[in-house]
Formats: sequence, C-alpha cells, structure tokens
Amino acid sequence: MAEVQFRFRADEPVADPAVTVDAFGDQTNAAAVRLEPGDDARDLLPHLERLQLVEVNFPVFGDGRGYSSARILREAGYSGELRAVGEVLVDQIAAMRRCGFDAFAPDLPLDPGDAEAAFSRFTQVYQPAADGHAPIWQLRHG
Amino acid sequence: MYKYDTYDQQQVNARVEEFRDQVRRRLEGHITEDQFKPLRLMNGLYLQLHAYMLRVAVPYGTLSGAQMRMLGHIADKYDRGYGHFTTRQNIQYNWIKLEDAPDILADLASVEMHAIQTSGNCIRNTTSDQYAGAVADEVVDPRPYAELIRQWSTFHPEFSFLPRKFKMAVIASDTDRAAMRLHDIGIRIVRNEAGELGAAFYVGGGMGRTPMIAPCIREWVPIDQMITYSEACLRVYNRYGRRDNKYKARIKILVHELGKDEYARQVEEEFAHLLTLSIEPPLAELERIKAQFADPPFESGLSDDLDRSDPDFALWIDANCLPHKRPGYIAATISLKPVGGIPGDASADQIRLMGDLAERYSFDECRVTHAQNVVLPHVRKADLFALWQQLDAAGLATANLDQIGDIIACPGLDYCSLANARSIPVAQKISQRLAGKARDIGELKLKISGCINACGHHHAGHIGILGVDKKGVENYQLLLGGCEGADTSLGQITGPGFDEDGIVDAVETATGVYLSNRQGTERFIDTYRRIGMAPFKEAIYG
Amino acid sequence: MKILTGNDLKTGAVTWWDGVQWSLHVEDAVDVGEHADTILAREQATRRVNAAYAIEAVKDEDGVRPAHIKDRIRALGPTVRPDLTLKPADPAAGNWVI
Repeated sequence: MAEVQFRFRADEPVADPAVTVDAFGDQTNAAAVRLEPGDDARDLLPHLERLQLVEVNFPVFGDGRGYSSARILREAGYSGELRAVGEVLVDQIAAMRRCGFDAFAPDLPLDPGDAEAAFSRFTQVYQPAADGHAPIWQLRHG
Repeated sequence: MYKYDTYDQQQVNARVEEFRDQVRRRLEGHITEDQFKPLRLMNGLYLQLHAYMLRVAVPYGTLSGAQMRMLGHIADKYDRGYGHFTTRQNIQYNWIKLEDAPDILADLASVEMHAIQTSGNCIRNTTSDQYAGAVADEVVDPRPYAELIRQWSTFHPEFSFLPRKFKMAVIASDTDRAAMRLHDIGIRIVRNEAGELGAAFYVGGGMGRTPMIAPCIREWVPIDQMITYSEACLRVYNRYGRRDNKYKARIKILVHELGKDEYARQVEEEFAHLLTLSIEPPLAELERIKAQFADPPFESGLSDDLDRSDPDFALWIDANCLPHKRPGYIAATISLKPVGGIPGDASADQIRLMGDLAERYSFDECRVTHAQNVVLPHVRKADLFALWQQLDAAGLATANLDQIGDIIACPGLDYCSLANARSIPVAQKISQRLAGKARDIGELKLKISGCINACGHHHAGHIGILGVDKKGVENYQLLLGGCEGADTSLGQITGPGFDEDGIVDAVETATGVYLSNRQGTERFIDTYRRIGMAPFKEAIYG
Repeated sequence: MKILTGNDLKTGAVTWWDGVQWSLHVEDAVDVGEHADTILAREQATRRVNAAYAIEAVKDEDGVRPAHIKDRIRALGPTVRPDLTLKPADPAAGNWVI
C-alpha cells in the first residue's frame, strides 16, 4: 500500500481499507472504495453520502480513464477524498488535481521539488474542470 | 488571424519551461525514456529514423509572415536548412537535437507558435479549409471555431491520456476541402432555415489500417453548445475506447463496434449532463475571436483583369489560382511539388520568401494545405504577375495544383521509423514520368503512404499507393477510386503489388486507361467511377 | 552477426555499438553475440544511447551490412537527400541501401 504523499484536505484521512466496487455495493458500512480503470464511476453515485474515500487506480500511467472517473464523481457532488494511486508520475499530478483529485499516493514517491513545480506551473487554465479554477475565457469576459 | 493575448502567451511560455524541466530531468536520468516519451510526444518531439523530429503546430494552417520567417530561421539554426509541410497542415523538422528542443519551443513561443499536442494520445492540431475567408461558398469562416476548439483542447486535463491520438477538422461549406469525414471528429458549420448557426458532427472517420468515413452523429448542435458536445464525444471515447490493442484504439473502432446510434445515444446522455455544468465558453469569447478573423481591408474598384500574355503565367493562373469572393482578388497556391522534387519540402530560404510574399501580397497571411502546399489567400490580381515571377525565380511556381504532379506523400522510409517502404523516390519518379501528360490528364489526386498508418492519406487518393514490406524488400500496392470531399470514398486495391519501377509503370498505365476512356470533361475519378476497376485491372495486369 | 544500434540521447544521431562506445559509423559495429541484452540494459541506463536495439547484420566487402533496409537507411541517411547522408560524395551510396 503506497503512502499518501500529497494531500490537499483539512480532514483526517479515513482508516478504512478501500474495497472493490463490487464489494462496496454489498457492504453497507464501507466508506472507502477503489475504482479500477474499467469500473464505471457512476455505479457509485447512489452511495455518495457514505463514501469518504475513493481511490482511483492508474495501473499504467497511460490509461487515462481515471481522469474521467474523478471528474464524474466531483460533478455528481462527491466531496470526500479522491485519491490517485498506482503509477502516478509527477508530470500528471497537475492534470489530476484539475480533475478533482485531492490526494496522491504514487507507487514510487515523487521528488517533492518536482511535484511542487508541477502543481504550480500553470496558473491559468483554458477550460473548466473539477477544480473550480476559472477558465481563461471567464477572466476575459467576467 | 488570431493574436495571442497575455493569457495565451503565458500558457505557451509555461509550457516551454515545463518541457525544459522535463528535458533536464531526462538528461540527468531522473525519468526513464518510457516516462519521458509521452511528455516529449505531447510537445511534438519524435525519435525518428535519423534524429529527433519536431512537429510544429500550425493551427488550422494559418501563418503570418513573421511566423514563416521564424520557421525558416529554425530550419537554419537548429536543423539542416529545410522543413517539411505535412498532411495535417503542420511543419516538421527532421534533424532536431533533444538538447535544443526547449530553445526551439522558446523561439516558437516568441512568435505565438508552439508544438503542443502535435503528437501523443491527446487532441491534435485542428485543421480547416485552406481557403477560409477567401471563398464565396462558406457559410462563415470556420477558423474561429477551430480556434475555440484549439483553446478548449489545449492541456485538457481529462483528455491527455486518451486511448489514442485524436484529430479534428472544421469546415463551413458544402465543399469539403479539409477531408473532414476522414477525421476522428469532423465538424461542418451550417445555417438552419432561421439563419442560425449550428454544427453538424461527424464522428469516427479515419484512415490507417481500417479506413472509415465518419457517420453523422448529430446533424445539428447549436453553435453555442459546440464545445460541450465535443466534450461529451471525447468523454465517451476516453471511457470506452479500446485500450487493449493499439491498432483498434481510435474512436472509429468504438463508433463502428457500438454502432453510430448507440455511440450517439451515449454522447447524448453525457451531453445532457455536461450542459448542466456550464462549460461552454460564452458567445462573447467566440465574438472576440471572430473579430480577429474579420476580412482584411480589401480594396474596392479593383480591376478583375489579368494579363495572360506570358504563357507560363497563364498556365499557372489556370492551374493554381482560385477565384476569390472579392472582385479584383484571387487565391494563389504555391506548389511545393516541383517536378521530381520532394513533396512538401521547402528550404529555409523558400520558407522565408513565402513569409515575405505573404506579408507583401496577401495581407500578411498564408495557409498550409493538407495537400502539403501553401496558399496565399488574398492576392490582388494586379499583383499576381509580380508574385508569380518571384515564385518562379525561387522554384515555387510549378503549375500543378491537384494534378498528378501535385503528389501527397508521407516522408516514408527515408525518414520515418514506422515506414515499410520509401515513398519519396516513388513520388519523384511518377512526377518525372508523367510531367509531360499532367496537364492533359487534369485533376488527379495521387497520394502515397509508406506504411499502413496512411499518413499520406492513400485511401483517399484518386490513385493511392501503399508501400509494404515484402520479405524485407519494398513493395507497392495500387489503389484506385479514393476521394475526399463531399463524395468521400475509399480506394480499392487493384491486385498484387509492384516493385518501385513496376508501380510507376502501373500508374502510367492507369492514366492511359483514363485518357482512352474519358468522356467529355470527366476527371480521372469520374471515369473510374463510370467504368469501374475492371478495365484498369486488365490493362495493368494483362 | 548481431550488432547494436540506437540514437544518441542528446542529439538523436544514429549510433552503433563499437565494443567500447557508440560510433556514428556502421562500419565500426561489432558482433555482440549473446551479450546484446546486457549491453543494451547497461547503456540505456547510462544514457549514452537512447532506444537501442539489436539487429542482424553481415560483414561483407563493403563493411557491415544491416539485414534490414530500414537500418541501412539509418546507417547512411535519407536516400533522397544524398547531401545529408554520411557519404555525400559517394554517388553509389544509395545503391548500398537497397
């Protein structure tokens, strides 16, 4: 289990182990679930209230389905921890953050300096996403 | 044309610094090649046959004189004195050093250019009609919409690791001059009976191993929902496009396997959801962009006459020039296909000259076409002769637009590590063999790909050639009857392949069959469609 | 014979393993026999080369001849621009590729 290296939340992380989507459906007291790339994030929508942690797995960094899963959950109003796990590389974390991830537990720890640079590199964004950052067109036109 | 504001400039500047840092980390060994590769691809940097190759984005093919001059400068300073214009309106440099790449991107950024997302599994350069703003048959200039799409797709955080590359094209006329239906998403801007603008979406076209013509997924999307609908199309693809097999990973496979109705239904669902989130740029943003594509200050009362007394000039006018929407003006195509030359290549001097000529004669604007030529869209007829003389002196006045000498060819095995066969020598030989008959043959779009990836668009050629590897020896298949445009069709293979001399002979034979059988003003493609494959097959294989 | 080829990491130039380092000239390529994988792994990690791989080749009167036309083009340069190849003055260089 990789450690959470970056977390942008004030609350305490849940201690529950993240169960699979299938198991989660059966265990009515589970609060943490793990989404694989092939899972449908919308299967979780009926359970958002009891969910405190969603881990989204990136088994290979090139599989970008987790970015959609994250946004979908945030768009549905999920406000718990959204944690990127797996092959999470420093050059992806900024985009992941934009998609709604607020915690990162990469298999291989990232260089903190590189991560900081990555998070702060782009101060403006062209399109709205799950981070609420005003897109450039909004700054242009108010 | 579009000019960056401080936000746009900030984005490309940040990207340059990001890439500079990524290159440093690669050279210092902090990241592996496997980790670095997608990052450099997303900045257009390939590792190719002879060196790194950089693909610079030319959004919807449009360039200013200053930008062309910078492209020439880059060719001289960082490369070996030339560049290659591509079938997606971009430019490529073949001899780039990794250690120079960040500086090149910085130079590009200084003239509002970049190499962002010209490779990688992300949304690529959005292409458009090379005559946008100059032709009478467009509903509107499609390029502001392409610019909206460019900004929306740049650094899109959800769509940077798609199953595969994603290519979009936008047109705004019935005549499709951008091969729109052979794209992952093709958009045609249309007007309804109420005079409102909307977008017709065609999704799932493409060439490569399994060429497909994009079906229409939605005939009408209100123009102020175009980005939201695009986002829905992409999200469905990102979630459900195949990731198990690289050769089945394009959206065309998804649309084909789901069926267009089911794909459209899934998009509709996502679209309804996304509409509740207000992700569409406001109309004010479209208007802001449109204002930068307003007509240049055309003069009125200009003469529409042309002095055709020079026979070479007259030939060039007839072959390469297109009537303009404004009297007294004309759109001129600079051919980058000299007889026996390398299709799409231009020297640094030629690139700089084209920039100067664009500035002087075309309101500082030129367009790269997906046929690997360059258009000066707004030339005063009064200036055309002087322009032609300067082009002629620089070897840029070949009068062969859309003729058999106007060959579209990928770089092929001379340059590309994906290729199975060389394409350029075949192009050169055909060009030389048929130079004398080219004018008589008339319109014939010949397209050559050096491998099944079809970067030469051979499926869409009236005559198409596909290079293959036959037991380590180069071999060439001949296809007939492909066509872009509103009547898009895919070429059919004639039969067994040929060696290099054989394919040149076969092409010549095919043109002979056409010349013997044509009726009236039939073009090659018309005669082929009328008489079918059989007479060609008979003549070629005996 | 089995030879190793790749691209210089910094410049992208095509290189060939000569037993000690990476040469720009295919004539310098040596037979690595069964040691290809070991050498490749080590060299990729040292970053003296990028994306290197092993290929078959023969030694003939012209020197070292890669088995596949693609690698022969890599060895020489683009056949359509003799001036940009390693042998610009040799009119027969393109024939060697084929």
